[in-house]
Amino acid sequence: MLHGFMPTILNGMVITLAVGLASLCIALAFGLAGASAKLSKSRGLQRLAAVYTTLIRGVPDLVLMLLIFYGGQTLINHLAPKLGYNEPIDINPFVAGVLTIGFIFGAYLTETFRGAMMAIPAGQREAGIAYGMSKPQVFLRITLPQMVRFALPSFQNNWLVIVKSTALVSVIGLDDMMFRAGLAAGASREPFVFYTLAAILYLAITTVSIILLRSLEKRFSIGVKMAKL
Amino acid sequence: MNVDAIIESMPLYFNGVLTTIKLLATALLVGLVFALPLGILRASSNQWIARPVWCFTYVIRGTPMLVQLFLVYYGLAQFEWMRESALWPWFRSAWFCAASAFAINTCAYTTEMLAGSIKATNAGELEAARSMGMSRATVLRRILLPSALRRALPSYSNEAIMMLHGTSLASIVTLMDLTGAAREMNSRFYLPFEAFLTAGVFYLALTFVLVGAFHIAEKRFLSHLKAR
Repeated sequence: MLHGFMPTILNGMVITLAVGLASLCIALAFGLAGASAKLSKSRGLQRLAAVYTTLIRGVPDLVLMLLIFYGGQTLINHLAPKLGYNEPIDINPFVAGVLTIGFIFGAYLTETFRGAMMAIPAGQREAGIAYGMSKPQVFLRITLPQMVRFALPSFQNNWLVIVKSTALVSVIGLDDMMFRAGLAAGASREPFVFYTLAAILYLAITTVSIILLRSLEKRFSIGVKMAKL
Repeated sequence: MNVDAIIESMPLYFNGVLTTIKLLATALLVGLVFALPLGILRASSNQWIARPVWCFTYVIRGTPMLVQLFLVYYGLAQFEWMRESALWPWFRSAWFCAASAFAINTCAYTTEMLAGSIKATNAGELEAARSMGMSRATVLRRILLPSALRRALPSYSNEAIMMLHGTSLASIVTLMDLTGAAREMNSRFYLPFEAFLTAGVFYLALTFVLVGAFHIAEKRFLSHLKAR
């Protein structure tokens, strides 16, 4: 029924997951930096972070992705000769996709982390400093472990959106699951079958993610009383 | 920055804005019309009613909209009966396929949102209405829906903005929406920065208009819930 396309589509699923996880790492870095900037005392940093989150959340991911992929290509080919490279350089769609998705979802995670950081009473941080911990120590020992609990619900949401956004990298030519499903659909003339298969596999990824993140949430909420209606 | 090329492409972008707005309005309207009854069913305490609706929303919310769009646009054409049916002229058009895929997608998200806001309704309000002698339908029409729809407004504004960004996928199935216009300009002039930045500015403007409109709506419909 699948004309032997199953292995190649499963390989594509690995690429989809790789794109998702790699972008997640970048998004986490941007998100933490953005949230720290938003909560910092420096006016300049606050403004920079505000511009970042507003602009990114106001423009579709596809447009940003095309901008970075095609725009980055011209930029590099424009700059490279000046730096002494004369051969044309191609941007790797994996790198372009990961950078774009990471950069975009960094803006969403900024808001997530900002909320989580604000949910921790300032007294705890002050107590840490009073014990003689340095600022990074306070962050690692006090803020971070509790942030995880506050951030997990909307982090789950963001991760699910990232997974679904990775489907867009097929548009800039990365051979992820979507791309391979398209190839199989074209070769077999059975697009419905192969796009349904892709849908099922995406659904599998989201379902497994939800189950894993729920257990993580339970783990990090040990010792916290839940309000019950 | 090549400003001349941008100015020369302006008609392309204006048409793109129109297509984007038409797609967005159609999707949101159709999605909302279907989400309203589905949301009520989804909030039902009868699991036999709520579960099937949950299945629909779970599948749609768990898969990328690109897959849904491709299933409607490319997938349905696989079937002989589809190509011979009376609906085929509709499903052959990229516009109809994109609009229906977007409508289905936003319908699922809106259904969950409405169901959440219906379930969060204060039980006392409904009991009061019942004890005034209203029938279930009257309670729904007079008390539950006006209150739940209002409380869903802030999250619905997020959904509308996500949908605006989602309509950019229409350019992948050959439609000339805003993103399509930018891709067209890029292939004509090979000026990716100018092309996509211009589209970005247009999207940003549309986003701000939407945010502003919802802000006004919230002021109008939610003022009774404002902290005083």
